[in-house]
Amino acid sequence: MNWIITFLKSSIGKKLLMGLTGLFLCTFLIVHLIGNLQLLKHDGGMAFNTYAVFMTSNPLIKFVSYGLYAIILFHAFWGLYLVSQNKKARPVQYAAYNGKANSHWTSRWMGVLGTMILAFLVFHMWGFWAQYKFGEVPYTIYERNLATGEITFANFEGEIAGKMERYISNDTEFTIVKDLYVVVADAFQELWIVILYVLSMGALAFHLVHGFSSSFQTLGVHHKKYNALIKGIGVWVFGVIIPILFAIMPIYFKFFI
Amino acid sequence: MKINLKVWRQKNNKAKGELKDYKVDHVSPDMSFLEMFDVLNEELITKGDDPIAFDHDCREGICGSCSMHINGRPHGPLAGVTTCQLHMRSFSDGDTIVVEPWRAGAFPVTKDLSVDRTAFDRIIAAGGFISVNTGNAQDANNLPIGKEQADEAFMSAACIGCGACVAACKNASAMLFVSAKVSQLALLPQGQPEAKMRVMAMVNQMDAEGFGSCTNTGACSAECPKGIDLSNIARMNREFFSANLTGK
Repeated sequence: MNWIITFLKSSIGKKLLMGLTGLFLCTFLIVHLIGNLQLLKHDGGMAFNTYAVFMTSNPLIKFVSYGLYAIILFHAFWGLYLVSQNKKARPVQYAAYNGKANSHWTSRWMGVLGTMILAFLVFHMWGFWAQYKFGEVPYTIYERNLATGEITFANFEGEIAGKMERYISNDTEFTIVKDLYVVVADAFQELWIVILYVLSMGALAFHLVHGFSSSFQTLGVHHKKYNALIKGIGVWVFGVIIPILFAIMPIYFKFFI
Repeated sequence: MKINLKVWRQKNNKAKGELKDYKVDHVSPDMSFLEMFDVLNEELITKGDDPIAFDHDCREGICGSCSMHINGRPHGPLAGVTTCQLHMRSFSDGDTIVVEPWRAGAFPVTKDLSVDRTAFDRIIAAGGFISVNTGNAQDANNLPIGKEQADEAFMSAACIGCGACVAACKNASAMLFVSAKVSQLALLPQGQPEAKMRVMAMVNQMDAEGFGSCTNTGACSAECPKGIDLSNIARMNREFFSANLTGK
């Protein structure tokens, strides 16, 4: 086992940990995005709320999500540690340093962009994750007509055992569920929260413009045939499409609902 | 041309340095950057001042000695040249030029613009060699090597060890240099017997010297006077992973 420690303590091993955890977080973003796009469904939040119950009850997903939190924290603090180590490698700074002549700014600002994302995540987890787990969240009852598929919903005043109950009677499906959707919809009525979210998605975009393709270089994947593809996915999928789709959600709740 | 200079002056490794202003009149646009410094030094010596120390040797762009950080970039504004191949025609009359030594903890300043780059020598000594029995040279082409492979190894071997990669990198990382030295041998059959030991020893020495780690900004390759490619760093990473995972 000693060799693994020595390997991971080397400069290349340290970077490998950043790259691998970063790529894992990229795959998480895809899952998170697909789940959250249900917010845009016109169903009063039924799909999103049942999805939220599934994500917080399924034991396998719970296990993975605690691993995810650990990896987010590791990636963030390991990154900050590496930034401080790298600063030490140049104890006397240049009076003149023309970084833009030889490198893209996103690659030089990864630590700052990452710190912005970390600060955003604290706010994000406090606003939704902690509210859902510990806060007072209302329950909503959805009535779906099984023949027509039409959904109506109302505030549910009674009490149920868990986060969700579902039963069918008279060709109607009743779903009583903890309503995270309304927590999201309420939060995004605040303009400053909408702005904060959109700006944070900007930071995420620029972090991934460099981060995604950089991970592959660290892993040793560098080939003329595939470099453009990897860079393209990093810029267009992770730097443009995913952050824009995330940013659409707060804008949708503030201005289109 | 008249040129204003802000030059880093530092008596020795222990002393505190500072940027000092100099004016150089009668600069010909055809002078190399180092020749402009020769003219300035002549003036300083005539006045009885201490001339500015800077490293130089071949003045043909192949030795890698000259190491000035000019206006925020190693070897100045041109791509693919060393400081000796930079000419004053790349500047305008009346320009102010900031000239500093390479900045890296692993490259301590010895005097003024001259830095100690023996950290590179120690990395080479750790593994940048092959062991062959001496005697008569083998016949050419005795060992079949594909042309593409040979060309690639030659591209890596073009590294002159000037340290511009370290100087340009925001982390003062030596990955481009070390990866070029690992690659030139990893790509050829002669390098295979010691391949695993080599990459481990050279990376360990690189870390011990206090260079930073790579964040793939690409500044090193962009500033390299020999255009050493970033693919070398990816290759070194692969070599390092494989040596760690499968080495004894």
